[in-house]
Amino acid sequence: MLEIKHLSYKVEDGSEILQDINLTIQERFVAITGPNGGGKSTLAKLIAGLYEPTEGQILFDGNDITHMSITERARLGISYAFQQPVRLKGLKVSDMLRLAAGKEKKNVDYCGYLSEVGLCAKDYINREINASLSGGELKRIEIAMALARSTQLTIFDEPEAGIDLWSFQNLIHVFEKMYEETRGSIMIISHQERILNIADRIIVLKDGHLAQSGSRDEVLPELLGTTKEACDILLGKMGGTK
Amino acid sequence: MDAITMNLLKEVADLDALPTGAYNLRANGKGAGRNTTANIDIVTKEDKPGIDIIIKPGTKKESVHIPVIISETGLKDLVYNDFYIGEDADVVIIAGCGIHNCGGSLSQHDGIHTFHVGKNAKLRYVEKHYGEGDGLGKQVMNPTTVVYLEEGAVMEMETTQIAGIDDTIRTTKGEIKAGGSLVVKEKIMTTGDQKAITNFEVDLNGEGSAANLISRSVAKDHSRQEFNSDIRGNAPCAGHSECDAIIMDQGWVGASPKLTAAHIDAALIHEAAIGKIAGEQLDKLMTLGLSREEAEEQIINGFLS
Ligand SMILES: Nc1ncnc2c1ncn2[C@@H]1O[C@H](COP(=O)(O)OP(=O)(O)OP(=O)(O)O)[C@@H](O)[C@H]1O
Ligand SMILES: [Mg+2]
Repeated sequence: MLEIKHLSYKVEDGSEILQDINLTIQERFVAITGPNGGGKSTLAKLIAGLYEPTEGQILFDGNDITHMSITERARLGISYAFQQPVRLKGLKVSDMLRLAAGKEKKNVDYCGYLSEVGLCAKDYINREINASLSGGELKRIEIAMALARSTQLTIFDEPEAGIDLWSFQNLIHVFEKMYEETRGSIMIISHQERILNIADRIIVLKDGHLAQSGSRDEVLPELLGTTKEACDILLGKMGGTK
Repeated sequence: MDAITMNLLKEVADLDALPTGAYNLRANGKGAGRNTTANIDIVTKEDKPGIDIIIKPGTKKESVHIPVIISETGLKDLVYNDFYIGEDADVVIIAGCGIHNCGGSLSQHDGIHTFHVGKNAKLRYVEKHYGEGDGLGKQVMNPTTVVYLEEGAVMEMETTQIAGIDDTIRTTKGEIKAGGSLVVKEKIMTTGDQKAITNFEVDLNGEGSAANLISRSVAKDHSRQEFNSDIRGNAPCAGHSECDAIIMDQGWVGASPKLTAAHIDAALIHEAAIGKIAGEQLDKLMTLGLSREEAEEQIINGFLS
């Protein structure tokens, strides 16, 4: 369970990227949506420890993780699949999956993880995580790493972005399988209505504020409603990724 | 062979025993074992220290190991090795130099290797430098490689220096005729107060000749590295060099690439990038549960792999 209390994040020039966020997350699938620049990735990075909050507190399964390092949080069971995956010259797909699976794991099921994300293992296992991989391939490998980690909380930052031909159903299947294995929470940052449709809970971040938070049935109709604002939130980004 | 020699052999040549095929083992300034084959002859020089390695034209799928081991402290060793690779041959030469210096004096090995690669021959040359020691004596190595490629000859050279060498100046010079191609892949990691200087000079003299130099290096602690290259295009040719360095701690890296074109169809390119490990790379590996130190190690191992 994740609890966020009065969380704020200010950058050096003084602008507040997130302001006084309060959230308790224990659902299976939680979707975070909202306009570009609303603060979604920033919230994810604060939870994973890439940023340190200027105010507030983050509790994970009762532990105060607010000032813990990225490593400590990862070891407690938090995973973060980046919006923009990082390239690492010289490290191979197999290296990354092995590191993600962890030292304890002896036989890493590389093929299993890669086929889950629609990649043929024999073509990718020895590829370097360098500029030769396409954006969509990198994104899939990023998801495969989260699968290999299979932790209590996994945050996917726009997992569907840049992945075109892969059937959407497979992505949903990945989330479901992960839930079966971990019984943990899966947070998905997304602009896609199809992803919001499977969420148990939808959170809307806008201009650094928590604009809305509730069950899918409460939030989705309003988001999909006729208000211009809701259309901007959803369609604004969808248009860009088509 | 004693344990120190065995360990050095393992480090520089990945050998657990004496190699099969042609080899020449030099230990503490003296010949310590040799084997020749029907196609590969090894002859001791008479006018100066060193050997001639003569490979018959058309020799295929054979290899030559020429490891050099120094385990006496204070030994200064200088050798001249000349390699004659016959036309159309296709061979691998594995050289390596290991120093184990337990004493308080400087141990030094300077090798001057000259390659004459015949028409359309293919050569892969692998060179590894390794030093270890628990004494205060320094380990110094200054390898010089001179390459003459005839028409259509192809040489790929891999050189690695990962640990233990305090001072090194490595010099590589090449002259390449039409259709010849030289690829050099260099990997260096320096730590402590080590110093490494790389000098690379190549003349592309024939039509369609090519050179590609790829250097990847890591400078840790207070170590210093200098990279100097000059690719001279004197004919329609392609030259490319790439110097990629990671600096850590108080490391220092200088790159001075030079390109000289003396022909309108000489295509010469240089790329250089020096910087610390990108923060987002560390962040990514730490989100997988690695500590910062483990993440650095993985990134460096990958970078130098
Ligand atoms: N270090 C920083 N300095 C200044 N502004 C920043 C910094 N980091 C983030 N921001 C700003 O904070 C806002 C929120 O960024 P964030 O990446 O969290 O948005 P997002 O909701 O993930 O958007 P998108 O849908 O485009 O991915 C943006 O306006 C961004 O420009
Ligand atoms: Mg974002």
